[in-house]
Amino acid sequence: MARNDGKENKTAKTEQKTSKPMSTSFNIKKIRKDFPNLTTTVRGRPLVYLDNAATTFKPNSVIETLETYYKNECSNVHRGVHFLSEQATKDFEAARQKVRDFINAKKTEEIIFTKGTTNSINLVAQSYGRTFLKAGDEIIISHMEHHSNIVPWQMLCEEKGCVLKVIPINDQGELMMPEFEKFLNPKTKFVALVYISNSLGTINPVKKMIAAAHRLKVPVLIDGAQAVNHLKVDVQELDCDFLAFSGHKLFGPTGVGVLYGKAKYLNAMPPMEGGGDMIASVTFEKTTYNILPYKFEAGTPSIAGVIGLGAAIDYVQAVGLENIFTYEQELLAYGTKLLSKISDLQLIGTAREKAAILAFILPDIHPHDLGTLVDREGVAIRTGHHCTMPVMQRFNVPATARASLAFYNTKEEIDVLAAAILKAKDVFA
Amino acid sequence: MTLTNQDELYQELILEHNKKPRNFKKLENPTHFAEGYNPLCGDHLTVALKVNDKNIIEDIAFEGSGCAISKASASLMTVNLKGKTVSEAETLFNQFHRLIIGELKSDSETNILGKLAIFSGIWHYPARVKCASLSWHTMNGALHKVKTVSTEK
Repeated sequence: MARNDGKENKTAKTEQKTSKPMSTSFNIKKIRKDFPNLTTTVRGRPLVYLDNAATTFKPNSVIETLETYYKNECSNVHRGVHFLSEQATKDFEAARQKVRDFINAKKTEEIIFTKGTTNSINLVAQSYGRTFLKAGDEIIISHMEHHSNIVPWQMLCEEKGCVLKVIPINDQGELMMPEFEKFLNPKTKFVALVYISNSLGTINPVKKMIAAAHRLKVPVLIDGAQAVNHLKVDVQELDCDFLAFSGHKLFGPTGVGVLYGKAKYLNAMPPMEGGGDMIASVTFEKTTYNILPYKFEAGTPSIAGVIGLGAAIDYVQAVGLENIFTYEQELLAYGTKLLSKISDLQLIGTAREKAAILAFILPDIHPHDLGTLVDREGVAIRTGHHCTMPVMQRFNVPATARASLAFYNTKEEIDVLAAAILKAKDVFA
Repeated sequence: MTLTNQDELYQELILEHNKKPRNFKKLENPTHFAEGYNPLCGDHLTVALKVNDKNIIEDIAFEGSGCAISKASASLMTVNLKGKTVSEAETLFNQFHRLIIGELKSDSETNILGKLAIFSGIWHYPARVKCASLSWHTMNGALHKVKTVSTEK
């Protein structure tokens, strides 16, 4: 089976001409060369990495940025007057600017660096939630939230006596919008929604939902962990009040994430952690807090991580999210068709609006057995509940197998997955 | 590590016990009973035993859902334990546990594992060791009057 491993430079030009009218800047062979991890072999077979919803590979430019920081710039930010510290601070703040441009935030100070999506959501639940929500207030989430957008709100409800309302999903894995509309009432004080479901692939109509919540002046947090790498997210266009995402699912380093928040909310919220960098002045009588965004960034941040995230955003911007979306939709259509041909295979999550995530079950093979068997063919997929146990309960399955794609995947790799599934079926026949 | 083919894990005997698990039923009036969970993968099973006054396991059964490895392991466990004394069951539990973490080499160390040695290759798959051990831990819990067993405790 031919694989696009970037070794066929000679044919690249001709293929570009004959392939569908994809933007000329999208060259899959060239792209694959940028990701060294794609050349990994698994027990002698080329790796087919289809676990991108768990984490993504990093392009050379990100890896080199991390190396440069640790080799040549290693210094703390916002502290020293010396050369290296100033250099590190400059690069750190440049990354903040890149994030701002990436999501089109109105102000740079609306970009808070965190440890990741989970950390960002917890910050809002703890800081905004504990300050502005009280007993009897209602928080709306959906049935397809990741545990990280369920548990922080449950913890808040337990502490403050708020009530959690859960938007149900239909058999295709889409939110039931009339139910959402019914939930909205004067007691609703917060809405937290996933943009793209990590276990179903569903792209939720968040823009409409934000507008509906805003009619009641209710702020909305969007969990964008699975969205920012698949499609263009513009916080001003969506008009979301908060957006949370992680660096490592966006081809950047682990341990760094972003919380975007409208300045009017962030200014009103108390800091969640106290420490260095988040203060303006400290005496034993009284401490005054720093301005945004530093108020929420206590302690030394993941400096290399932030600068690396900036490099990842540069990379994604150069490829272009419109190109990425178009290409991935092509892969999704191909994969959906191919997997649907496998007898007994049932796709879990068949929403009309979907990102390139294919979750499925086979009646006679437990997902964990399937995961182990396709791994023997070099195929990396995720099996289990994907940190969305309520979704598993909704579809009455203990677990699913999930192939989640990125723009460096190819149709040939989906062929390898399909062949590996058929082989697994033979073992269990 | 070198593994020649997948059949090392998914051998005929395991596939057969997965398809037709033995003693996969509800046991009426058990003397010992426990529930086992693997919260990481959602596997859930119950093990029930009838132990007579001579400390012999007269009957043993299991119920629940899980992958082929956990189902086959539970099935083979019940077949092996029926008719054994509680103390023999404990010896088997210890030997099986050491087998699946790669500590006991069944071909060089004296043991009473018999057909259970089929799981000797599972330590090559660290993520799957708990699938094979869930039923055994649950059985051991039942014998020691522990009602709920989790692989994550």
